[in-house]
Amino acid sequence: MTASGQVATVYVPRDSAARSVGADEVADAVAAQAGRPVRVVRNGSRGMLWLEPLVEVETPAGRIAYGPVAPEDVEGLVAAGILDGATGHPLCLGPTEDIDWLRDQTRVTFARVGVVDPVSAEDYVAHGGLSGLRRALSLSPAQVVAEVTESGLRGRGGAGFPAGIKWKTVLEAGSELKFVCCNADEGDSGTFADRMLMEGDPFTLIEGMTIAAWAVGASEGYIYVRSEYPDAIDTLRAAIGTAYDQGWLGKRVLDSELSFDLFVRVGGGAYICGEETSMLESLEGKRGMVRAKPPIPALEGLFGKPTVVNNVLTLGSVPMILADGPAAYADLGVGRSRGTQVFQLGGNIARGGIVETAFGITLGDLVGRYGGGTRSGRPVRAVQVGGPLGAYLPTSRFDLPMDYEAFAAADAMVGHGGVVVFDDTVDMAGQARFAMEFCAAESCGKCTPCRVGAVRGVEVIDRIVAGVDREKNLKVLGDLCDLMTEGSLCAMGGLTPMPVKSALAHFPDDFATTTTEEGR
Amino acid sequence: MTSSPPQSLEDRVRSIVAEHRDDRGALLPILHAVMEEMGHVDPAAIPILADELNLSRADVYGVITFYHDFRQTPPGRKTIRICRAEACQAVGAAQLADNARARLGVGFGETTADGAVTLEQVFCLGNCATGPSVQVDGRLYGRVSPEQLDGMLEVGA
Repeated sequence: MTASGQVATVYVPRDSAARSVGADEVADAVAAQAGRPVRVVRNGSRGMLWLEPLVEVETPAGRIAYGPVAPEDVEGLVAAGILDGATGHPLCLGPTEDIDWLRDQTRVTFARVGVVDPVSAEDYVAHGGLSGLRRALSLSPAQVVAEVTESGLRGRGGAGFPAGIKWKTVLEAGSELKFVCCNADEGDSGTFADRMLMEGDPFTLIEGMTIAAWAVGASEGYIYVRSEYPDAIDTLRAAIGTAYDQGWLGKRVLDSELSFDLFVRVGGGAYICGEETSMLESLEGKRGMVRAKPPIPALEGLFGKPTVVNNVLTLGSVPMILADGPAAYADLGVGRSRGTQVFQLGGNIARGGIVETAFGITLGDLVGRYGGGTRSGRPVRAVQVGGPLGAYLPTSRFDLPMDYEAFAAADAMVGHGGVVVFDDTVDMAGQARFAMEFCAAESCGKCTPCRVGAVRGVEVIDRIVAGVDREKNLKVLGDLCDLMTEGSLCAMGGLTPMPVKSALAHFPDDFATTTTEEGR
Repeated sequence: MTSSPPQSLEDRVRSIVAEHRDDRGALLPILHAVMEEMGHVDPAAIPILADELNLSRADVYGVITFYHDFRQTPPGRKTIRICRAEACQAVGAAQLADNARARLGVGFGETTADGAVTLEQVFCLGNCATGPSVQVDGRLYGRVSPEQLDGMLEVGA
């Protein structure tokens, strides 16, 4: 690989975040300016998004990374000899695996993301793909369910419900027809791990869903992807086509008893369809109106049939659990939060991206040690954890360990593991108002606390900030939040008060009237 | 542009439905296909879809209006969507939104009078570490500066 003239292998991500900052142009420039044969592999992203576009070159000593690379940098990089893995260029980051940000992580669900060509079946198998499915098919469905339960895997979509228990319910439900549905309607701001897994290692999700189908006796599966993710949709469709060609889907999967058909369905730009029952309605071709529970989807789900509904990362963790055994997974983590979580650092952050690590890391470690503080260079003032319905936390709570129960005890939630950072220019009353405004816009409208409460919430916050009957309106807002929390049909209305109340609790000065009191 | 005679709306809609005949709960895939082919869902398609799928017109109308993606009027020649969700708010999305509205003289969900640009808001494009994010005709751009946005707003560009 070292002598000039040999084919150099260069990796330039196809991940949409990398493409959004010029990866396509960089890939074209590499192919055009290499001056010798190159094989450009469009891999997923390593998740170090501040370094995108990140270019890697294969060498006998492993991959060497360069970034962030602009198209106009390519000529100089080639001249500096990067196709032979030269390390002298200022953009050289050294061996990819030695970059401490990446090296210190525990990549389990994301083990192959950024490493493999996402749509190459050969690459997938060469990097351990299918071993989970093969093992699962050698076990009985009940044994597979038992292993998933033993692993302690909890739903990664936010609610954290034990996956094995859900699967057991579906397995034991009597029905000719059962479904496995993957909730890939990743609408929460600050979360992008589902997207990156679908774009960077789609076969893992396909394998996880196929294992789920075997475990519960399902014959059909749907991946409900939001329309805002066109690249993920294309990649999944391509991967599913390949999986059929390889005999990984369809009749007699891997020559077993299992037959499983898998389809991609595209959402319609409605945030509420990330709520599982709303998603099921949408999959049935209806308005995404939330259903009352019970009945639970495990018993009466898609078209009234027993249905597994899991998030992308939940299903994407299953192949590893089956391949390496439940103990390996359960050994990671703290308390009842077992395994790893794929944390996502976004917003105003210097080093944003994917940090997959065992539960228990502190919020401060994520934002400071990994994130490197704000991108603007100003002090961090607030972070929102767990999406638009998650709490805003001040830096004084940076000691909190990332663990479902610890966050719940602090009136916050881990949710899907998204962490959005704001600097000291943020107006927290404005953020609280936005939470209500967003809920008003995206509510499905079925229940009154959410549909009407959110509209009233915006009005009340406006009055508080304007100094109109301040004390009285603060009390009204408190009552309104309680009502929405207790009375809403689903998490949309039920959790919207979380960002509002946390902003009020931790940043009360921002709600002071600008006319009669000093602003912050 | 082909020289073959233009198909009627009804024929086009019915042939799209035919392609999705075997899909379970086919209305959303059908509406996406109609959007893909025609740019919008013409209200005249509603009774045709209702007839084909054995639904009421109200059912079809209800689904179209529930989802932000389905529009009943043709979009502008260029569609610009600005992310206004929290992660992008933290890195200047509000300024981009204000600039775009001021420059184009339209609000979100509106099209300029000359039919050149449709401006939309979107809540999260999954590009939260490399924001602020803007999508132009389906293509995603990250770390968008006000100057870059100005370039995207150039009419005729």
